[in-house]
Amino acid sequence: MTYQFTVSPDFSPDHLSGWYIFNTWLQKQTGEGIHLEMYNSFQDQGAAIQNDGVDLIYANPFDAAMLVRDKGFCPLTKPVGVADEALIAVSADSAIYDVADLSLGTKIAMTDDPDVRMMGMMLLEPGDLSANNTQIVHCNAYILVAKQLLQGHADVGVFLAEAYDDLSGMIKSKLRVLVRSEISVIHHALMVGPKLAHRKEELQALLVAMAADDKGRDVLKNLGFQAWATVDHEDMEFMIDLMDALAV
Amino acid sequence: MRDFKPEDVVGDYKEAVLDLYGGLRRVVFYTDLETPYPDGKLIVSTTDTNGIITHGNKAFVEMSGYTLDELIGSPHSILRHPDMPAVAFKDLWDTVNKGLHWQGIVKNLRKDGGYYWVKATVIPNIRQGKVVSYTSVRRKPSHTKVEECTALYASLK
Repeated sequence: MTYQFTVSPDFSPDHLSGWYIFNTWLQKQTGEGIHLEMYNSFQDQGAAIQNDGVDLIYANPFDAAMLVRDKGFCPLTKPVGVADEALIAVSADSAIYDVADLSLGTKIAMTDDPDVRMMGMMLLEPGDLSANNTQIVHCNAYILVAKQLLQGHADVGVFLAEAYDDLSGMIKSKLRVLVRSEISVIHHALMVGPKLAHRKEELQALLVAMAADDKGRDVLKNLGFQAWATVDHEDMEFMIDLMDALAV
Repeated sequence: MRDFKPEDVVGDYKEAVLDLYGGLRRVVFYTDLETPYPDGKLIVSTTDTNGIITHGNKAFVEMSGYTLDELIGSPHSILRHPDMPAVAFKDLWDTVNKGLHWQGIVKNLRKDGGYYWVKATVIPNIRQGKVVSYTSVRRKPSHTKVEECTALYASLK
């Protein structure tokens, strides 16, 4: 049997090859056939999950509730020291210095990355802004969010903080951060579906031990991670509750 | 939960006696000093089903002015400000006891007598179909909402 593995479509393009290397490592370690399918959009990935076409996933926290509560997934691990944070940026020459100074009808450039959108809208709330009184400028990548700001097509941009930090120095010099989230507890996680659940503990042990040998560390480095840490069921439930609270 | 001590309070203060959920009474001292909500942060705390604090994050400790040891084991009403109408908290408990989310703008009382405003969301933590605890997540409210609620709560006192 071949199991289906996928990665949240918001992965950094720099780490695309890293996920294929990780999948090869995973197959060697487990002796299982595992096919890695990278979806281009959250919509395509969501359809595959709904059709029970995913057995292992590096999941966006926004999808965690659906995966756990509707599809019977269990958390395995999360990357150590990596949390999802969002930030709001403007063009460096913008007259806006505080979210509270933004007005109704503000044009917001953002991607379809669901947890970053949610955190970004939360950061804009102190300005009384919501999806109902703003204009969303949809972008396919964070570099395009920056482009919308630089070209004056959007007033503010919502970024995954890590993606913003990875922009070139030249681009960042033309932008200014208004506010950055410091939530710390929202993170992606590797999760296993019902068909692979019988190997959950074994998978967790393999993943946590990765950082202990040279080969494992090389594979992790290609993903931009230092190590995996176990996520237990209650940790995941707590994050799901937190996401629920932020979604309203 | 102990009453306020004058030595803990910063600045000129007024005194109030609060009638709290569960029949508790508390003497508090409060001032006009506001601590602004920090940009980008979330205050997170969890209580048991009786409203006793079991967990709080770093922002909770920083904004409340209490130590984590003082907070854990105390009723969440340790943060109750005398300007908050009792009806708001009745609505909170009535809502979460039905298994629903409650959201509102809340003025909280710090240990030093000052205050801070939050947009609070309280959710029941449901495990195996049973409410086992409650989590409160607070974020920065807008000035407009704070002004609206200042007037509303004064009218409900």
